[in-house]
Amino acid sequence: MLLNEFLFLAAFLFCVGVYGALARKNSVLVLMSIELILNAVNINLIAFGAFQNTVAGQVFALFVIAVAAAEVGVGLAIVLLIYRNRHSIDLDKVDAMRG
Amino acid sequence: MPTLALVHNLNVAQQIVFAALALAMALSALRMVTTRNLVHSALYLTVVLAGAAGIYILLAAEFVAITQVLVYIGAIVVLMLFGLFLTRAPLGDKQELDNNQRWLAAVIALFLFGLLGVTLQRGYRGTHVNATVLTNGGSNTAAVGISIFHDYVIPFEVASILLLAALVGAVVIARRD
Repeated sequence: MLLNEFLFLAAFLFCVGVYGALARKNSVLVLMSIELILNAVNINLIAFGAFQNTVAGQVFALFVIAVAAAEVGVGLAIVLLIYRNRHSIDLDKVDAMRG
Repeated sequence: MPTLALVHNLNVAQQIVFAALALAMALSALRMVTTRNLVHSALYLTVVLAGAAGIYILLAAEFVAITQVLVYIGAIVVLMLFGLFLTRAPLGDKQELDNNQRWLAAVIALFLFGLLGVTLQRGYRGTHVNATVLTNGGSNTAAVGISIFHDYVIPFEVASILLLAALVGAVVIARRD
């Protein structure tokens, strides 16, 4: 298989995730788009690991999965807190720190 | 030579599986960021994550694939759905989920994809990758385990501290007091 097949798939998923994170209004959807970005990075790590015949890519992908789990836990807690205080999770309405 | 024919058949099979997975993942990802139904978005995300698990198996990273299914599909997607339900998100098809900078975001994403595509095409055109078992007589899972507890012990411990901190932090932030 060509290395570029995997890299192009990952690049496409990354860009779709960037679009979702920028264009979505609901904060849970933004968190889901960030998961898409992290997943694209994982595909890259494992493809490069197989390319270089080393297991380090898989190890780093596992670390990325652990960090993603922690990120989602804290992120959803923050979203719930925002919902409890403001009764909305629209990111357009969370502008208390706007200058 | 029979082995050559076998390798060729294996390559064709890998290509077919990769094409099917990649097509499903790309379409699901696009639908995920464009659909107007929140729960459908989470389900499309599930399809993308399962496809990524298939890609990992294609690259002989079976342990990461299993972990992907367990952690991403089993835990993270369920957490996302809980987040959607707990925030009483509107569950219909009609509401507007995009903000008014959607076209700017599309331009940025397209520009980024063009940039990445040109770079990848220049850097890795024609480079082949073959997924192999890395240890003699063992599996890649064994190699990953040895590597984590041999070369990457300190990052592993730091990751466990991070997970503990995230656990405590999530409880403290979301607690009602």
